[in-house]
Amino acid sequence: MKGVLSYLIFFFLTLNLTGQVSHICLDCHGDKELHILEDGKYLSLYVNENKYALSVHAKLDCNECHKNYDPFNLPHITKEEKTEITCIECHEQESSEIASHSPEKVKCYDCHSKHYTQQGETLLFEEQKFCISCHDNSSARNYIKSIHYLPAGENEKPVKCLDCHDQKAHRVTPARFTEEKLHAVCAQCHETIVGQYELSLHGKALAQGKFLAPNCITCHNKHKIISHRNPAANTFKMNIPNLCGKCHKEGTKVSELKVISQRNVLANYSQSIHGEGLFKRGLIVTAVCNDCHKSHNILPHQDPKSSINRNNIAKTCQQCHAQIEKVHVKVIEGQLWEKEPHKIPACVDCHQPHKVRRVVYEEIFTDDYCMACHQDKTLQYERNGEQKSLFVDLVEFKNSVHKENTCIKCHSNINISNLPVCKDSGPVDCSACHAEVVEIYKTSTHGKLVADADPNAPYCNDCHGTHNALSKKNVNSKTFRTNIPTLCADCHREGEEAAERYEGKEHNIIKNYTMSVHGKGLLKSGLVVTATCVDCHTTHGELPASDPRSTVYSDNIPKTCATCHLGIYEEFKRSIHSPLVSKTEEELPTCYDCHRSHNIKRVDETDFRQNIIDRCGRCHEDVTETYFESFHGKVSKLGETKVAKCYDCHGSHNILPAENPESMISAANVVETCAKCHDGSNERFAGYITHANHYDKEKYPYLYYTFLFMTILLVGTFAFFWLHTLLWLPRALIDKKMIFRKKQKNKDDESNN
Amino acid sequence: MNQTISANKSNNIYFERFDSFSRFLHVLVIVSFLLLALTGMTIKFSGSPIFQTISKILGGYEVTSVIHRFAAIITGVYFGLHIWYLLNKLKTGKLSLKELLSGENSLVPNKRDFTDFYKTVKWFLGLGPRPDYGRWTYWEKFDYFAVFWGVAVIGSSGMLLWFPEFFTNLGLPGWTINVAAIIHSDEALLATGFIFTVHFFNTHFRPEKFPMDTVIFTGTISLEELKEERPRQYEYLLKNNELENYLTKTPSTKAIKAWKVFGFTALSIGIILVLLIIYTLIFL
Repeated sequence: MKGVLSYLIFFFLTLNLTGQVSHICLDCHGDKELHILEDGKYLSLYVNENKYALSVHAKLDCNECHKNYDPFNLPHITKEEKTEITCIECHEQESSEIASHSPEKVKCYDCHSKHYTQQGETLLFEEQKFCISCHDNSSARNYIKSIHYLPAGENEKPVKCLDCHDQKAHRVTPARFTEEKLHAVCAQCHETIVGQYELSLHGKALAQGKFLAPNCITCHNKHKIISHRNPAANTFKMNIPNLCGKCHKEGTKVSELKVISQRNVLANYSQSIHGEGLFKRGLIVTAVCNDCHKSHNILPHQDPKSSINRNNIAKTCQQCHAQIEKVHVKVIEGQLWEKEPHKIPACVDCHQPHKVRRVVYEEIFTDDYCMACHQDKTLQYERNGEQKSLFVDLVEFKNSVHKENTCIKCHSNINISNLPVCKDSGPVDCSACHAEVVEIYKTSTHGKLVADADPNAPYCNDCHGTHNALSKKNVNSKTFRTNIPTLCADCHREGEEAAERYEGKEHNIIKNYTMSVHGKGLLKSGLVVTATCVDCHTTHGELPASDPRSTVYSDNIPKTCATCHLGIYEEFKRSIHSPLVSKTEEELPTCYDCHRSHNIKRVDETDFRQNIIDRCGRCHEDVTETYFESFHGKVSKLGETKVAKCYDCHGSHNILPAENPESMISAANVVETCAKCHDGSNERFAGYITHANHYDKEKYPYLYYTFLFMTILLVGTFAFFWLHTLLWLPRALIDKKMIFRKKQKNKDDESNN
Repeated sequence: MNQTISANKSNNIYFERFDSFSRFLHVLVIVSFLLLALTGMTIKFSGSPIFQTISKILGGYEVTSVIHRFAAIITGVYFGLHIWYLLNKLKTGKLSLKELLSGENSLVPNKRDFTDFYKTVKWFLGLGPRPDYGRWTYWEKFDYFAVFWGVAVIGSSGMLLWFPEFFTNLGLPGWTINVAAIIHSDEALLATGFIFTVHFFNTHFRPEKFPMDTVIFTGTISLEELKEERPRQYEYLLKNNELENYLTKTPSTKAIKAWKVFGFTALSIGIILVLLIIYTLIFL
């Protein structure tokens, strides 16, 4: 029953799909064992009926291809009659275009098979290895290993043979691509990179038809195109020096034909810190050729776009040495290297390319090279009609703070095409290393004068010296703390140029400073912590006091003084004089108003104690007047310093109005304040009116009437007695005269008698 | 002839006006007053450069303050001594209370002083003769009580200024210190101004005595002078037969010279001081 059913299914299937002839053929050829021996070779004659039924030719009878075959006799056809089955009868159009795969070389069925014929698309594109079934050579085997066969990414499609070798199998041409065609082929997928390549040194050489010029496959192979991450790839990091070395090492044709400034590139590289890292330490993060020169857009160093152009070097090196500015002194945040690369030496100026190891500047422009000329004491040049010495005292330099530096580090603006190389190199730009400081300097009055080309303008070297520059910590340095007043005095002493052009109120500043508490502290007591010029005016950002940005601008003075006198500033902040407390339109006093600036005195010195009244009096005129009417004030005028001055009662930095409980003269504190001088001070004693005004009838009636009474008494008494005297005097004179005459007369009488 | 002899006689006969104790007290008055005035004025006029210089010459405020207080103590001492002197006189019976308060020798002003003043004004204006003054003229009485008044007022206010803590502690309010300062200062100006102008003129610079009357130092005047100056006292003494009691020896020229040196020094200081005060008041 089962056999009948399967037979029936089989019968109907074959009946429907194949003709009668095929059915007959398959009776024998359906047998898997069916074979013949031909030329000693075992040749199967089996036709898988099921597969055939799936082929594009399923509807064709066997005899439509196997013409003149007699199914009932063996052999089905005589050798003489046997003709080759060609597909041309039906597929004429296509067969005429056959090129590489010409019928002589490749039969249709070599690709499409004999009985299980499929559409070309199905055949070729389903099976990557399809071509390899014939092209089983090294190229093909390499293809299987390539990144095109097995893409690295999941979403990437594999690249098949025909993607590169034309799109149609029938038109496949010999695999020798022209240079032009090769790049077009690669550009189908790798457009950007090929674009870069075409602009590169390599690409241009190729375009010029230079026969040594490399193309894609020079580096990437034909079929064995492997990811650069694969250690087997030519382009794997470890292999790059070898790859490039094929052309660029000494002795190759390229190295002989092409003259460049660099010699022994590969040999040097392998000795360099990069090469050593790669070869000896196996560091694949080290730099190889293409890290600096790039892989595809390799450009000559003269090209501004080149990664090894002088201006781009820093950027290139910073790919790996990103934090290099942290270890290279203050080339601010790497900005200068990137933004203004012309200002400073490029990386390669110090770290020679290919030989990168240590600073090797000396090997190019050695100090000896410079000193060959500059040790000559008579060496001079003319600037602005003045002869300037170009002699460099090496002994002095070797003691300077820059002794570790080579000449060229500062004199970076040399040009190899000049003779001598340092010609017109201009003044040293210290900002290369001291960028932060120079930025500040530029905002200062000094810096602005320099920008205006003022002849008096002080440049870095005017204060710091040139080759003899010393650290500010060196006691012999011009910028050592105790030497600063002298340094500034060079220009700011009365009569010198800066003092001459100064229009403000401060005069004799150097002399005054020397006598001031700061000056004495510095110069007499040798206290290096005392304030020098630069502590108030800043070292590099000096600005006039009228400039709101200046540290000595009136509003900024308290903070400037607070750098040392912080404790006092904390008190001052809370006082009535602080702008944080008094919101007023009127000008509030700052440190300067009481203490002055250059002639600042010790507060226990007579002068200070005496002058403070004038200082307070400039604003508090009325109370100062009444102060001078008081015993304190009167005695104070006699030069007595022990007697209470304004700040003895009101406080100095912590000065507060009497209403404030914290004030020294508040009801709570006044008794104690008086007790500083007056033992036995009490509440009633403190009731003494310190700023009394006996002319003020409303406020101080007692005093007013006392004064009135005393004045009347005084005026009355004097009026009475002076009038009395005035009347008396002439009368007394007359009387005296009369008495005298009388006496005279008596005498005369006597003598007459 | 007799007249001249008597005149010569009376010229050589000296009358004791002040006893030695009173003279001694006056020397104390002079010394202390000058010291007080000098040192006090340096403070009152401390704004004046001249007084600042004087202060410096005297050794600065710290020294002058001590001098001032020292002189104040002397003032207290002579004031006390004078009171003791009077009380002692009363006690020993040399002087009765009645005599002290009224009568020819009393310093207490009376009706007669007012008529004397009236007569004096008339005399000044040429409308009458010189009044016959007694032992104490009205201006001398004023001088005497001015000292009482002055010492009391300046002394008490000075004490308050010297010990303000003490007095406020006793209960005086603080403003009394201010009041004391005004009183002390103005009263001092009054005292110095009065002494160095009015007193100086009345006693020393008036033409009869110019340039100086040494009676306060020597204590004696010639009888002739007494007769002319104080006729009422002379007559009173004659009437009561007391003149003999007061007659004394001619003072030695040496003593007079010495006293003149002292006196002129004091006068000069006073005059200079008052001129400086006037100058300062006007120009500063």
